[in-house]
Amino acid sequence: MRGCASTPAPLRFMTITASELTPPTPFAGSRRIGDRTFRILAVASGAAVLVLLGLIALTMTRASIPWFMTWGWSALFGTVWVPSTGANASLEALALIYGSLLTATIAMLIAVPLSIGIALFVTEVAPRALRKPVILIVDLLAVVPSVVFGLWGLNVLAKPLAGVYTSMSDAFAGWPVVGAVFTGKPVSGVSFMTAGLILALMATPIIASLSREVLATTPSALKEAALALGATRWEMVRGAVFPHARGGLVAAVMIGLGRALGETIAVVLLVGASARITTAVFSSGETMAAAIARNFNEATGTTRSALIGLGVVLFAITLLINIVARTIVQRVQKRGRGT
Amino acid sequence: MTSTVEAPPTEPRLASHRPLHRRRSVTNTVFVVAVWVAFALVTGALGAVLAFVIVKGAPVVSWQFLTTSPIQIRADQPDTAQVFGLTLRYGMWPAIVGTVLITGMATLLAVPLGVMGGIYLNEYGARSRFAAVVRFLADVMTGVPSVVMGLFVFTVLVLPLHQRTGFAGAAALACLMVPIVIRSTEEMLRLVPDDIREASYGLGASQSRTILRVVLPSALPGIVSGALLAIARAAGETAPLLFTIGIVSATNPNLFSGPNTALSTQIFANASSPFPAAIARGWGAALVLIAITFAFTLLARLVVALFRKRQLG
Repeated sequence: MRGCASTPAPLRFMTITASELTPPTPFAGSRRIGDRTFRILAVASGAAVLVLLGLIALTMTRASIPWFMTWGWSALFGTVWVPSTGANASLEALALIYGSLLTATIAMLIAVPLSIGIALFVTEVAPRALRKPVILIVDLLAVVPSVVFGLWGLNVLAKPLAGVYTSMSDAFAGWPVVGAVFTGKPVSGVSFMTAGLILALMATPIIASLSREVLATTPSALKEAALALGATRWEMVRGAVFPHARGGLVAAVMIGLGRALGETIAVVLLVGASARITTAVFSSGETMAAAIARNFNEATGTTRSALIGLGVVLFAITLLINIVARTIVQRVQKRGRGT
Repeated sequence: MTSTVEAPPTEPRLASHRPLHRRRSVTNTVFVVAVWVAFALVTGALGAVLAFVIVKGAPVVSWQFLTTSPIQIRADQPDTAQVFGLTLRYGMWPAIVGTVLITGMATLLAVPLGVMGGIYLNEYGARSRFAAVVRFLADVMTGVPSVVMGLFVFTVLVLPLHQRTGFAGAAALACLMVPIVIRSTEEMLRLVPDDIREASYGLGASQSRTILRVVLPSALPGIVSGALLAIARAAGETAPLLFTIGIVSATNPNLFSGPNTALSTQIFANASSPFPAAIARGWGAALVLIAITFAFTLLARLVVALFRKRQLG
């Protein structure tokens, strides 16, 4: 467990060597019963994963049915989100889905270069004495509770950021495309961008430690060959390390993306509370996870059902992303075994 | 061999590459600098978070802050805790008790299940289809957002029982921990060489006896370390507790009845408060929580390091 801390199960690039020995058949009946009980317990514990995932899907989908019955397709494709109990209530999720995707995209744009950079720093560039401390730093960053990031972002980062946002949107005003993106009304500094920045910080340790493991699997013969041919360090990375590690890196990034989409507490504190679809990254918004956390405890009836439904959507999206990522990893493993 | 013939053609080629050579070295320098910048940024970010938590939290954290609940202060103590010119009427004792009990219960639920699951994957399932499916889904399950676990436990535990309890929060945390423990346990068991299993079988031990007496003990430090990392992650979680444990400001040592509280949910409640005293309380709680999660993370590394030293020595 080379201290890959709270990363979700390391990406493995070894062949699976299971023990396939045949244990002796016990003679005494009582011992056989004990043996069998233990085996059944173990199998049941393994099956618990399937049962849990199945239960999550089943119970939550069932609880979200009233939402779909009331709102039909506009539950997913309508844009007005007003989770109140009054007459103006509207439970359409598209703006929330958009908010989740936008904040996660911002996070990935920052986190991917940062984490692959730090992974390369550890594997290729850092002085030997610095490698272990850097790994420790990344691991510690991974266990900083998300609520602490939220507290820090809201009370330390938000105000100075508001100033930066204002001057940026002034500077870019009137530019095509860029002007439409880097704008908004950054009053308190709470915005898509702020949430995205903190999400980047939270996704970085996950992507970094997963991609470090992937990069470390590059055979040193390949790297030495590149260097012997006169390649610079960068050319060696581009020509030998990246081609070898591409699949694993894609998987690492996807797993980080899943984490950014599902991250809740820091986003609740930093994104604002206004569900909207806009290209202006400096305006306040809302994401699926944040909407759930913000409204669930007061919600009843259809609103509660809608919030659980948002959970189902979130579950489905992150499940899909993780299934694709893990499949890529398995394919890469198989290829590694073949050659 | 004709080594004299080979030398000349390379000479002019190198020379003709000279202008390119500078570009190559510049690109390389840019790469090295960029990678150092990534290192500096990540280190700086962690440093900044830690610095603020310590600077703003340390003055708040006192013996009174750690060991009193709000009611106690109001009843018989004057408001002595003056920090930043603010009066703190609030101790964190109920939240500390809540975090320890809820995380402890989650560990009791998740670690046995996870270790047994890991035993299944490595010792029984091995290369079977079913084990492959379980292994794959355990990996996938580590990516399920924690807020989803909170909603799930709300629908299966809180709704039917009509009450929010510390136990419900523990169940939600356990859902997060199980896949992590399963995979780290399997990983550690895989490192145990087959020779010692064979030796145990050779002495006539049954499979369960072999696993319990021979395989598990030799993989124990790794398994413990994996469990500690899972605990570190669970202790810091807020989202799974938000809908499951309720809100309370008094200590509730009973996990099975009545609402509870935790450090993480206290920080969350205080973080967006308009009152500076509440925010200060949040910083204090954040310092305590970060100390707990870091302690478990470092302990996990220590266990492995000590074991390795013992093995080598």
